Amino acid sequence: MRVMVVVKASKESEAGEMPSEQILADMGKFNEELVRAGVMLAGEGLHPSSKGKRVRFSGRQRTVIDGPFAETKELIAGFWLWQVRSMDEALEWLKRAPFDGGTEIELRPVFEAEDFGKEFTPELRAQEERLRAEIERQHPQHQ
Amino acid sequence: MSPSPGATRAAIEAVWRIESPRLIGGLARLVRDVALAEDLAHEALVTALERWPAEGVPANPGAWLMATARNRGLDQLRRRRLVDERHRELGLAAAGAPDAPDLEAAIDEDVGDDLLRLVLVACHPVLAAEARVALTLRLLGGLTTAEIARAFLVPEATVAQRIVRAKRTLTEARVPFEVPKGADLPARLSSVLEVIYLVFNEGYAATAGDDWMRPALCEDALRLGRILAGLVPGEAEVHGLVALMELHASRTRARVGPGGEPVLLADQDRARWDQLLVRRGSPRSRAPRRSPVRSGRTRSRPRSRRATRAPGAPARPTGRASSRSTTRSWR
Repeated sequence: MRVMVVVKASKESEAGEMPSEQILADMGKFNEELVRAGVMLAGEGLHPSSKGKRVRFSGRQRTVIDGPFAETKELIAGFWLWQVRSMDEALEWLKRAPFDGGTEIELRPVFEAEDFGKEFTPELRAQEERLRAEIERQHPQHQ
Repeated sequence: MSPSPGATRAAIEAVWRIESPRLIGGLARLVRDVALAEDLAHEALVTALERWPAEGVPANPGAWLMATARNRGLDQLRRRRLVDERHRELGLAAAGAPDAPDLEAAIDEDVGDDLLRLVLVACHPVLAAEARVALTLRLLGGLTTAEIARAFLVPEATVAQRIVRAKRTLTEARVPFEVPKGADLPARLSSVLEVIYLVFNEGYAATAGDDWMRPALCEDALRLGRILAGLVPGEAEVHGLVALMELHASRTRARVGPGGEPVLLADQDRARWDQLLVRRGSPRSRAPRRSPVRSGRTRSRPRSRRATRAPGAPARPTGRASSRSTTRSWR
């Protein structure tokens, strides 16, 4: 399974402060361990929300809102994508991450193909069938 | 608030999956016997299962397991030495037991080397293919016997027996716990690549069971491949195999229709291809051409027709629907 590890923003990250050399070194070591274990698929850090934008949707209207955004604790500062066997394994990896100072990190399982089995709605199924009918027209030899 | 026993147990299992390869690798270097190393590691796990629920999971669980297992290992080595000395005193030949190594010095060596030695031993040519697969998933993948049995849809007892026999074979053949030098290394690595590819293939085009794909096995193979690529970053073939697996795996979602039926490559909805895996697979698949040339049996394999067709690939690998990057890697 894949898990997204969501790193929440902090006052420091929102202020655009760069982490100390020590933290960067520790994080580098942790990342290296993740890579060596075949766990890390991707990971990025994000600029503070002052460089971000939001789009609000309402009917046909799209309103652009410029950052920074106020609710620091709800903002994200970065993410990893991990390949693990279970949430427990992801938890165990996360515990080893060199965070401190009340930081909260969130783990969220990524939807995989098999998760869609039961939740495949009639609409999606119909769409899939239209697609298949189209395919049949294009490649009759496969059917 | 202390965690529930169930949560602690789950944490122990997760720790085991993360730590067991390093643990067994380090111990194998110490006692020079993979089978004994695994036994020692398991004894440490049993101790953890007894004590952690009451005492809590230690701050550094890997170090705790290593210390526990190592102490048992040292006890055994001391006992073996003692027996050897007695035998010598009695004028008997030391019963073929290797000299006990310099224990403390042995512990601080590079962990990466341990894992490489471990995977090379698990995939040793003296073992049958099935045994290599089971041993590799168990020693390097941290899977339990039950998990391996479930993955391959065989009875647990069968897998357990395969592993016991494999370990016995390794001990009897006195397979050294070392990285072979020179020309032997590529040959041994190619055996590892075969095992990883076998695991991937079984996941990508299952030969047993009702589902014709078993993604968990693909994931295990990908992880093993990535671990190996980290251990021997200069080996172009390893990167080639990882790229091949990532590109194949990128299509997992698109390969099955809503009714579970297979969808051929040309008919696949490309929007459902996993772009992260496509991207990961693409630059790597070019890497071999840049890397220092190394002659190995499997170097050209990922590009050979046989290999690209093998994991359930359709008969027309360069079909219309394939993206540029995919076609490139298939040449």
